[in-house]
Amino acid sequence: MATVDLKDVCKVYAGGVEAVKGVSIAIPDKALCVLVGPSGCGKSTLLRMIAGLETISAGSCAIDGKVVNTIGPTERDIAMVFQNYALYPHMKVYDNMAYGLRNRGTPKDEIDARVRSTAKTLELEHLLERRPRELSGGQRQRVAMGRAIVRNPKVFLFDEPLSNLDAKLRGQMRVEIKNLQRSLGVTSVYVTHDQLEAMTLADILVVMNAGLVEQSGSPLDIYEKPASTFVASFIGAPPMNLLPLRSGHLEGAVTLPPVPASASTLGFRPEDCEIRTEGADAVADGALRLLVEVEGVEPVGAESFVYCRVGGERMVVRVPGRVEIKPGDQLRTYARQEKLHFFGSDGKRV
Amino acid sequence: MAEPEKLPPASGHDKLMIGQSSAGIYLAHVVLTLGVLIVAFPIYYTFVASTHSLQTILRPPLPLLPGERFFENYSEALFGGVGRIGGVSVATLLVNTTIVALGIAIGKIIISILSAYAIVFFRFPGRMFFFWLIFITLMLPVEVRILPTYKVMVDLGLIDTYAGLIVPLIASATATLLFRQFFLTIPGELVEAARVDGAGPWRFFKDILLPLSRTNIAALFVILFIYGWTQYLWPLLVTNRNDMNTIVIALKKMISFADADTEWHLVMVTSMLAILPPILVVVLMQRWFVRGLIETEK
Repeated sequence: MATVDLKDVCKVYAGGVEAVKGVSIAIPDKALCVLVGPSGCGKSTLLRMIAGLETISAGSCAIDGKVVNTIGPTERDIAMVFQNYALYPHMKVYDNMAYGLRNRGTPKDEIDARVRSTAKTLELEHLLERRPRELSGGQRQRVAMGRAIVRNPKVFLFDEPLSNLDAKLRGQMRVEIKNLQRSLGVTSVYVTHDQLEAMTLADILVVMNAGLVEQSGSPLDIYEKPASTFVASFIGAPPMNLLPLRSGHLEGAVTLPPVPASASTLGFRPEDCEIRTEGADAVADGALRLLVEVEGVEPVGAESFVYCRVGGERMVVRVPGRVEIKPGDQLRTYARQEKLHFFGSDGKRV
Repeated sequence: MAEPEKLPPASGHDKLMIGQSSAGIYLAHVVLTLGVLIVAFPIYYTFVASTHSLQTILRPPLPLLPGERFFENYSEALFGGVGRIGGVSVATLLVNTTIVALGIAIGKIIISILSAYAIVFFRFPGRMFFFWLIFITLMLPVEVRILPTYKVMVDLGLIDTYAGLIVPLIASATATLLFRQFFLTIPGELVEAARVDGAGPWRFFKDILLPLSRTNIAALFVILFIYGWTQYLWPLLVTNRNDMNTIVIALKKMISFADADTEWHLVMVTSMLAILPPILVVVLMQRWFVRGLIETEK
């Protein structure tokens, strides 16, 4: 139904603080774009600029091919789900959902039909006469979603909508949001600081840092080929192991595959590192072999995280199942050559 | 004179604080009963006096039980007219005072809620300047600016009018600050949600801000109504005609230096009638009043 195009969008606040420093993102129709980054990276500001709640200092924002820089939030035909839900506390659920339609002069029976069908989709029918304070967190979240959906807008904007829910509910709502977004086919922009949420929801993932886009693309591409050490350490839990190279050498390495000349950091994912057991077959040629000392083990059930020290650096190995490893053990670990990532001194991928 | 009694603390609290011992509860009741007696007795005595003839009142001691002249005294005061204030009836005074008190309370609420709305939710040049300007007027109560205000009222020809009684008292920095503090607690997301939902400034005010402020408005109304009802100095200055007096001023005029010259039975009736409306307002709005003071509903 609509595309969203951001071109060199900047935000400079009155005090001279630059929150967003030239961001360009093209979101195709029906796609769910997730903006992820640490707090203060400008992701929320960017979302609020798309919503029209913040002015755009430079650059342009177009919705459905039409530049909307000077248009207010109402005329942009967007709907937003807020972190704290922002339900009108004095209105019943029904009126919360109907309010936006009433303000647009929608006929009464159409409002009623739309509110009721949306409530049905979200299983809110039995709550329509309640007030927000009589609802649980998850129910409020649903009402906030309903308020957005009922308007049938061109674009959905989500501002960390799940961060106030407990972990279990968050997982459920995540799936639900994804399904809803897909079935409604509405272009969406979703802001979160939770990389798991970002990975699972996104069609397009945009990793932001310090007001700039670090990398954008499909979640798996970003996971497989992080463009910088920032992305490598931000996406993935536990994050990628990053070990410093000193003029082509790695402290604690038994063998080191050929290193690109400009590389200053070597990285590999915790699950790409294996522990070599006694008597196993020889490791493939060109693999990185490390001799590490175990600092601690975290069994989480289906897998275990082994925290180790190599040279002076910390790293973590992800092992399926449970392991008989104690702190203080010496281990031989290896990672295949194709699973290694190299980054230059500026943090960019080599 | 027309001071409303202090409300007793909300029910249930005394038990919680003193505990369950019967001696404690007994003591609490004794103290409360004494308090009520001390506060209520003068009012009761005034009521007793208002039901006796002038002769009975002037011949002490005054009986402790109500007399038989309840209907005569009250109807004489309400509809007959009182000699010492030019034959104006107390009914007229009640109407005047009601208009003034309502005008002040409602006017103050409207003006202060609108100015607080502007100061909190709009970004305009000089916003902080205007905020401080309002704030500074706290230091200028009516008594301080009485001469210039009086001159303005004379020039505008507003002596002996309701406008003259109401308008100079209508701007209120206190109420503006109170609303400002309340508005500042309204989450920004709520404002933004309303903007996204297509509510312009007026709709936001009407549909969201007003309903959320209703307990604050109620609490303020009670306070301001009583403030308006008990105004003394300004009505004294700005009214010359007896039929434009408020009840408090008329009460003062009804009392002469010479005891025999004062229609004490009518003074007592007027006193009773003067405290009745504020008490009614407090009693009827008590629930809202307390909620407005303690509850922040968001």
